[in-house]
Amino acid sequence: MDTLMLSRMQFAITIAFHYIFPPMTIGLGVILVIMEGMYMKTKNEIYHQMTRFWVKIFGLIFALGVATGIVMEFEFGTNWANYSRFVGDVFGSALAAEGIFAFFLESGFLAILLFGWDKVKPRTHFISTIMVSFGAHFSAVWIVIANSWQQTPAGHHIVGDGATARAEIVDFWAMIFNPSAMDRLAHVLCGCWQAGAFLVLSVSAFYLLRKKHIEFAKRSMTIALIVGAAASILQLASGHYSAIVLEKHQPAKLAAFEAHYPKHEPAPYHLFGWVNDKEQRVKFGVEVPGLLSFLLHGDPKAPVTGLNAFPPDERPPVNIVFQTYHGMVIIGVGLIAISWFGLFLLWRKKAFDYKWYLRLCVISVLGPQLSNQLGWFSAEIGRQPYIVYKLLKTAEGISASVSRSEVITSLILFGVIYLMLLAVFIYLMNEKIQHGPEDTVIEEGHRA
Amino acid sequence: MTFAFDLNTIWFILVGALFTGYAVLDGFDLGVGALHLLTKTDKERRLMINSIGPVWDGNEVWLVTGGGALFAAFPRAYAAVFSGFYMAFMLFLFCLIFRAVAIEFRSKQPMRWWRRMWDISFSIASIISSFILGVVLGNVINGIPLDQAGNNTDSFWHLFHFYPIMIGITTVALFMMHGAIYVVLKTEGELHNKVRGWINNTIIFFILCYVFITMITLTYIPHMIQYFKMYPFLFVLPMLNMLAIANIPREIVRGKDFNAFLSSCAAMIALMTIFGIGIFPNLILSTINPDFSLNLYNAASSPTTLRIMLIIAIIGIPLVLAYTVSIYWIFRGKVKLDDHSY
Ligand code: HDD
Ligand code: HEM
Ligand code: HEM
Repeated sequence: MDTLMLSRMQFAITIAFHYIFPPMTIGLGVILVIMEGMYMKTKNEIYHQMTRFWVKIFGLIFALGVATGIVMEFEFGTNWANYSRFVGDVFGSALAAEGIFAFFLESGFLAILLFGWDKVKPRTHFISTIMVSFGAHFSAVWIVIANSWQQTPAGHHIVGDGATARAEIVDFWAMIFNPSAMDRLAHVLCGCWQAGAFLVLSVSAFYLLRKKHIEFAKRSMTIALIVGAAASILQLASGHYSAIVLEKHQPAKLAAFEAHYPKHEPAPYHLFGWVNDKEQRVKFGVEVPGLLSFLLHGDPKAPVTGLNAFPPDERPPVNIVFQTYHGMVIIGVGLIAISWFGLFLLWRKKAFDYKWYLRLCVISVLGPQLSNQLGWFSAEIGRQPYIVYKLLKTAEGISASVSRSEVITSLILFGVIYLMLLAVFIYLMNEKIQHGPEDTVIEEGHRA
Repeated sequence: MTFAFDLNTIWFILVGALFTGYAVLDGFDLGVGALHLLTKTDKERRLMINSIGPVWDGNEVWLVTGGGALFAAFPRAYAAVFSGFYMAFMLFLFCLIFRAVAIEFRSKQPMRWWRRMWDISFSIASIISSFILGVVLGNVINGIPLDQAGNNTDSFWHLFHFYPIMIGITTVALFMMHGAIYVVLKTEGELHNKVRGWINNTIIFFILCYVFITMITLTYIPHMIQYFKMYPFLFVLPMLNMLAIANIPREIVRGKDFNAFLSSCAAMIALMTIFGIGIFPNLILSTINPDFSLNLYNAASSPTTLRIMLIIAIIGIPLVLAYTVSIYWIFRGKVKLDDHSY
């Protein structure tokens, strides 16, 4: 493998690993605000206990998010020096804004959230919880804007040519509100809320199955179901809008997601399948004729640009993104089913009764995690061969001064360290969950 | 080059200020890490870690933001430094990862081997990351073989010349001194008295290193003092630095730990300013051909970006200072262990 491929692997591994944690902190942040808000309003001790327990979990996840996030901040410079020179003028400001507006807010108030229980008034503590949650959302805002700019560049012009060409900003707001930014932001945030909600859902269902911390678990589960159901349905809507933007701005990507080859014909939607790129067709699949055209244009006969409209070297690897994209959508539909069925049971006052449903909830935590990863893989691999869409090829973005052996060394070290961290993280999460909330005030079943 | 107070210069100063903030703040928690293994009991170690518990993450954000600001304001310098010192920064990042998780993981299990493992990770990672920062700084002072495209043409081991290694050791010494004063400030009783006894040693260690590298710099790296020759009033900075360091033992003896800590901060700010003036107007000097050097004009982003960033900074910096001051205020006083502690 050459340096380019190794650097790509390293970037993919480090960002994918980082992205295990931020969605959970962002989503759990929202749930903490709800729980502590309920406590402020009702003064019911159970909400205090819930907040304290989930804050502990939050702290652990947050630490891993920080540890792995620092790597990302510098990896643009270490592995993608040419890309950094090319985009710095436009993209650097979003990254710097993330530091100034988001990370300081987050890390500052996190201290109060974790250690400030006895040092500040309850109100101040509650405000800190809100601020941490804001900070986490802001960081998503800036990073997604930066990433969206490289998907759908806007508000810039190119100066210089050949090896010294670079993008310079001409219109800041056009850069911020680049064509895909807001839709993708909505989609990413919903994915984060799902990650938080299904984590809480899973742990609560686990306690209910074990018949432990019943009151705690019921209330946590109720909040999680409501947040999860809302986020899941919004996720479908925002994903739909992302697809519409894709058709306009990155048609090759959308065509690859759907393995749609003909240049200009109505397109079916595949529920699943396996793409044979040579024969240009989807095998073992189930397709609904005209559905993609209908979803995009409201008309099953409307033509959609296909892959044959692009030269072969401007197409992303079709089967890979077809699989990741469809995986995301299938899981997304599954999550809607689980959470809305849960709401229905809640309404019938039966949500805590069915063992099979609780078991399903326990494993549902993996759904948003997988979907989030699959979604990014679709979006990023679908952008290939470009690192900045239509402006800079991935191969042109790498660092000239970094040697193959250096990247191999760092890649192996990242692999080893991250595997170890993941093992310790899972071990500690498991310990915390097994240990459960501190039952100091509430006796089991006391208020049930 | 003549001095013009334009956007590029403002950004040179602001990026410098962010990295200075990082050195002053993360300096003490890296220092606490470097001293960590010298304490013996589990309680002492918990006190060490909890003294930085609520603030270390915020301190590290200064580095993250400094990196972001360098990326935005001087992308060519960002690209050259981080790709040019690839292995060094990878090592540095691994150390930061270990530090972060060690602080978080250590208290989660009571087993002795568990705590010992994370204690060692925390301490070694702190020492190595301080050392690497110094080595990189030393190379920036010295200049690196940048080619015309802004790529470093040297390999990893070439970073470790005698001079950068000395700067690396000096950085470790400086952070240890700074960290020791911080621990004295934040603790009471036995640990307080113990660390108090270390302060003089750390100061002596630092001063020895400092005098030594100053002599080398004066003899072998003349470009670092070019402005000091041109504008002799700048010599107040090294004077200030020496006075601030001399003041530390005095304040410690008088029991004014907070003043001692401020002195140590002042000394570090003076050092970073000297460094900034020394390399100005270059960000990275090329040892192949001075024309290949990256300075605050040829490495910079467009004026539009610098102006936008300035607006972001003007809105952001007061907020950042406000949070930083409030957090330090809320967690002022001696650390006590309770059930929220690490
Ligand atoms: C702000 C920028 C940014 C953001 C938020 C992300 N990425 Fe990305 N990604 C890049 C910027 C980028 C990049 C620097 O542009 C890379 C490096 C190589 C490349 O082709 O694009 C990249 C590549 C890249 C690749 C390799 C694609 C390939 O080389 O075939 C994968 C799988 C991901 N990313 C996955 C992710 C995930 C899981 C993210 C979730 C957080 C993510 N990206 C966020
Ligand atoms: C390549 C892209 C990315 C870079 C360069 C990056 C950079 C960073 C850095 C440096 C940190 C640590 C900050 C600290 O010390 O507190 C961090 C943490 C964080 N990042 Fe990322 N990040 C990336 C992708 C993302 C994405 C896509 C999201 C959200 C959608 C995100 C959300 C967060 C959040 C919320 C945190 C706080 C820690 C946590 O919640 O676990 N990041 N990131
Ligand atoms: C329910 C049906 C869903 C649809 C129709 C859908 C649609 C899409 C589309 C079209 C993209 C590509 C956007 C682009 O490249 O510009 C995308 C990306 C993504 N999806 Fe989904 N998605 C769905 C469900 C989910 C779920 C359940 C999650 C996670 C919980 C998720 C997480 C993501 C992420 C993280 C990305 C990458 C960021 C982005 O490009 O916006 N998606 N999705």
